[in-house]
Amino acid sequence: MRRHSLMDRIGLFGRAGIDIVSVLGRSTIFLFHALLGRGGLGGGFGLLIKQLHSVGVMSLVIIVVSGIFIGMVLALQGFSILSSYGSEQAVGQMVALTLLRELGPVVTALLFAGRAGSALTAEIGNMKSTEQLSSLEMIGVDPLKYIIAPRLWAGFISLPVLAMIFSVVGIWGGSWVAVDWLGVYDGSYWANMQNSVTFSGDVLNGIIKSIVFAFVVTWIAVFQGYDCEPTSEGISRATTKTVVYASLAVLGLDFILTALMFGDF
Amino acid sequence: MSADNAYAVELKGVSFKRGTRSIFNNVDIRIPRGKVTGIMGPSGCGKTTLLRLMGMQLRPSSGEVWVNNQNLPTLSRSDLFDARKHMGVLFQSGALFTDLDVFENVAFPLRVHTQLPEEMIRDIVLLKLQAVGLRGAIDLMPDELSGGMKRRVALARAIALDPQILMYDEPFVGQDPIAMGVLVRLIRLLNDALGITSIVVSHDLAETASIADYLYVVGDGQVLGQGTPEELMNADNPRIRQFMTGDPDGPVPFHFPASDYRTDLLGKR
Repeated sequence: MRRHSLMDRIGLFGRAGIDIVSVLGRSTIFLFHALLGRGGLGGGFGLLIKQLHSVGVMSLVIIVVSGIFIGMVLALQGFSILSSYGSEQAVGQMVALTLLRELGPVVTALLFAGRAGSALTAEIGNMKSTEQLSSLEMIGVDPLKYIIAPRLWAGFISLPVLAMIFSVVGIWGGSWVAVDWLGVYDGSYWANMQNSVTFSGDVLNGIIKSIVFAFVVTWIAVFQGYDCEPTSEGISRATTKTVVYASLAVLGLDFILTALMFGDF
Repeated sequence: MSADNAYAVELKGVSFKRGTRSIFNNVDIRIPRGKVTGIMGPSGCGKTTLLRLMGMQLRPSSGEVWVNNQNLPTLSRSDLFDARKHMGVLFQSGALFTDLDVFENVAFPLRVHTQLPEEMIRDIVLLKLQAVGLRGAIDLMPDELSGGMKRRVALARAIALDPQILMYDEPFVGQDPIAMGVLVRLIRLLNDALGITSIVVSHDLAETASIADYLYVVGDGQVLGQGTPEELMNADNPRIRQFMTGDPDGPVPFHFPASDYRTDLLGKR
């Protein structure tokens, strides 16, 4: 194996830095042209509806099923911990706050990156490798408007709605376990939740988080597809990058947003 | 400064680099209006790159690209998309939209660029598909078509808006003799019937020379020669002669540069 001298290593480090700045610059210009450039949404409302279906509606099953199970697990774990303090009546409050503040937006964004984000990257990458994007350009249609913009908007709209659905079905799943199975009093499950959850403090902050995650995950997914090397290997690499980068970005941003929203300093 | 109206496309002192590698160095090419012009050269010499420079899908490192009296590198992004409405490109793969059937593929440019009523769009699509002999395939999806049929559908789509300039990227590659003959005749027929300017990028010598009014031979990042097919057949330049006669060895070597063959075979193991 070739050994790198110190200067080579410094050079490689510098090259990596330049590459990162270059990708950030390209992706920002890409986003600017897709969202703010002349020509609005390009393909019109019909294309947005089509993308809302494939990005949002088609993700519903995984979101609903995951939401129910996570709500059920939260109730089970919460009951087992809280009952040792004799506070099992607070399980509804715990399930709701955990879902609305954290798990709803975060897990939905992670699932969205895996289901819809990877599909967006693969679809756009495949269009690039089969020259469909070039073909659009030469027909006089801007692919950033016609292909990218509807997918971006569909992601921005879908993910916050999916996160809300996730939280709602999670709370519902929690009530199955806590109330119907473990025997927590129905009234205290819901009343404790109602007393402790505030719209501006919990629900709204959760929605803001999911809007930020929607922006970042969809941006990463469509840019990776558009910027990928137009080969099978390139598409595969881009799809992997989408899931990894989007997941890390969501987790990192979650910490920052949580600190800003709920940090007491 | 405006380009001469006798030329539909003019490349003036165009250079293009990928990273530090120079692909074209100070190239001048003029495509006469209303003619079929062939751009030929060995595989990997940058013919498709040249076509993408003419459509501004690639930006030249330096030089001017005049198309219909507009210097494309100076246009804004939206003006460039407007300029492209007058160009049609037949890509090597056909590049049909895989989620649309044959009818919708051909109708696509009409739907996005015109406000024509549905009946008129249908009539135009049928006319274009009839021209390429595929009116009967109107309901098929791209994955139900052979390679040759895909290219003909793509050709119908490329002429849907009656462009002034039609560019063909390696149109004869991978075609059976019948499909090849059909395409050769179609390119000439469409050029003459529609009065358009055709640019055929290809390394298929016989087919391109049979329909081209004028030929360019490119290689080593430069224009090696130009002229009518007859003039190039009789050219003195050994590189052009080798390409036109298809000799395996000559100024363009058959072998990739390597160390001595004998040493490689009998040398140290």
